[in-house]
Amino acid sequence: MLPDAAIEKKTTFDPQRARKDFPILKQTAYGKPLIYFDNAATSQKPQSVIDALTKYYTDYNANIHRGVHYLSQKASQAFDDVRVKAQQFINAKSEKEIIFVRGTTEAINLVASSYGRKNINADDEIIISAMEHHSNIVPWQMLCEEKKAVLKIIPMNDDGELLFEEFEKLLSPKTKFISVVHISNSLGTINPVKRIIAKAHQHNIPVLVDGAQSVVHTQIDVQDLDCDFFAFSGHKMFGPTGVGCLYGKLNLLEDMPPYQGGGEMIQSVSFEKTTYNEVPYKFEAGTPNIADVIALGTAIDYLLSLDRKAIADYENELTEYASSKLKEIEGIRLIGTAKKKASVVSFVIDRVNALDAGMYLDTLGIAVRTGHHCTEPVMDRFKIPGTIRASFMFYNTKEEIDALVDGVKKAIKLLKK
Amino acid sequence: MSSSIENIETEIAEEFDLFDSWEDKYQYIIELGQKLPVLDEKYKLEENKIKGCQSSVWLYSYAKDDKVYFEADSDSTFVKGEIALLIRVLSGQKPQDIISTELSFIDKIGLRQHIAQTRANGLASMIKQMKLFAVGYQAQKV
Repeated sequence: MLPDAAIEKKTTFDPQRARKDFPILKQTAYGKPLIYFDNAATSQKPQSVIDALTKYYTDYNANIHRGVHYLSQKASQAFDDVRVKAQQFINAKSEKEIIFVRGTTEAINLVASSYGRKNINADDEIIISAMEHHSNIVPWQMLCEEKKAVLKIIPMNDDGELLFEEFEKLLSPKTKFISVVHISNSLGTINPVKRIIAKAHQHNIPVLVDGAQSVVHTQIDVQDLDCDFFAFSGHKMFGPTGVGCLYGKLNLLEDMPPYQGGGEMIQSVSFEKTTYNEVPYKFEAGTPNIADVIALGTAIDYLLSLDRKAIADYENELTEYASSKLKEIEGIRLIGTAKKKASVVSFVIDRVNALDAGMYLDTLGIAVRTGHHCTEPVMDRFKIPGTIRASFMFYNTKEEIDALVDGVKKAIKLLKK
Repeated sequence: MSSSIENIETEIAEEFDLFDSWEDKYQYIIELGQKLPVLDEKYKLEENKIKGCQSSVWLYSYAKDDKVYFEADSDSTFVKGEIALLIRVLSGQKPQDIISTELSFIDKIGLRQHIAQTRANGLASMIKQMKLFAVGYQAQKV
């Protein structure tokens, strides 16, 4: 979490130096310098991560944990090392608590499917928040449908902040699970997950934290948070697509049935009886995404090589700067004005369609996201069809934000109905 | 007599040849969208609505003298511009011609690369719906 004071403080972070690590940022779009403000959708990749992928396929591609040969041992070692890296990265107690998955979505589905099916029964209640991504809504809806359980929603205020007292009111003996987003992808709100977890634990209710957005912008300590599950994607933190992690407390994971069946997740198989492998392998059926896991390790190395406090301060500065500049423009309304926010500025323009504005910004080489950002209930809450979202990373600059502000002004001139 | 689909497509392609940048093409499409005649509110019905991921389109059609006519509207001006182009090409054509055309102008004017990547504006579903209407009118004739 970022202290409030960080927002005020000017940083000495040098984005130009950081930009050099990301080859994609050197290019132009339609002959204009590319300005990438779609970081909440996916981050760009540093050269070291790209090189790690090439190196794996060039030097030591082999299937892991089975082969007795040189390449397999080398690949297995590299793969296993990443589990330890990921464990240290989020400060899990044991590397067994790290399960490799395709991303946050699969992590949540795994918990809903495995933990959920075993522990949720008819009339039980599951709590999520009003600002969840569809990936933290639909798996629970599916589970509720199957089990005749009930989904409860923590509401939020007009600034996009969760109402803690309303959350407390939702808690009851029927509450069996809570799944909540750490940082909202469409509003940027940083939720008080530690407080939510502490409260839930008073009632012995386990909590999953969706860390898709938070893992890159804040330092995660799962023991300090005391969350029961934590899900994140590699591609939003400079790693490749198709890989992510589920953290789960060991006792919970050990008690959960497997998610998918196949190779690797078994101890022995006969037609009469199959015994399952131990955690975490029990949850990793089939040949894993070896190359991308290894490159995720490189992405973790990259993140850890940075001064994360300085980066967080700088990203806050960018967010504040963009918010204040955009707010000055007549007809603009910021959506998501929480006191604690990270790296996302979502806005609507009076009488300008968000898609039209986003496409116009694209003609200027500026990449933003438009629409509901896979959080339709959030849009319904604010009674808007969608927003224009600019999301920042430390390789962005104030000059780029100036270009965005200028582009938005031009878009209004061109498009206002 | 109205021009053939192919001729109109060539005309459009020639117009777009005048622009070299995506920005200019975009602005031209926006201009077309702003000029698109307003669809009568009475046709803005749920049944005429094609819901895209980021924009909605209302498409109304009717047949007269063996030809199919389209009118449409959208909440996005860019999509309205696309509609204007589609209407220019397809409205007033025979059902059979509408059904069989491949609408090659979309590729020729470089629009596909900007719209195909996104489910956002539903151009594909718009075309599909226009062709479905044509199929319907064709069937009625027989």
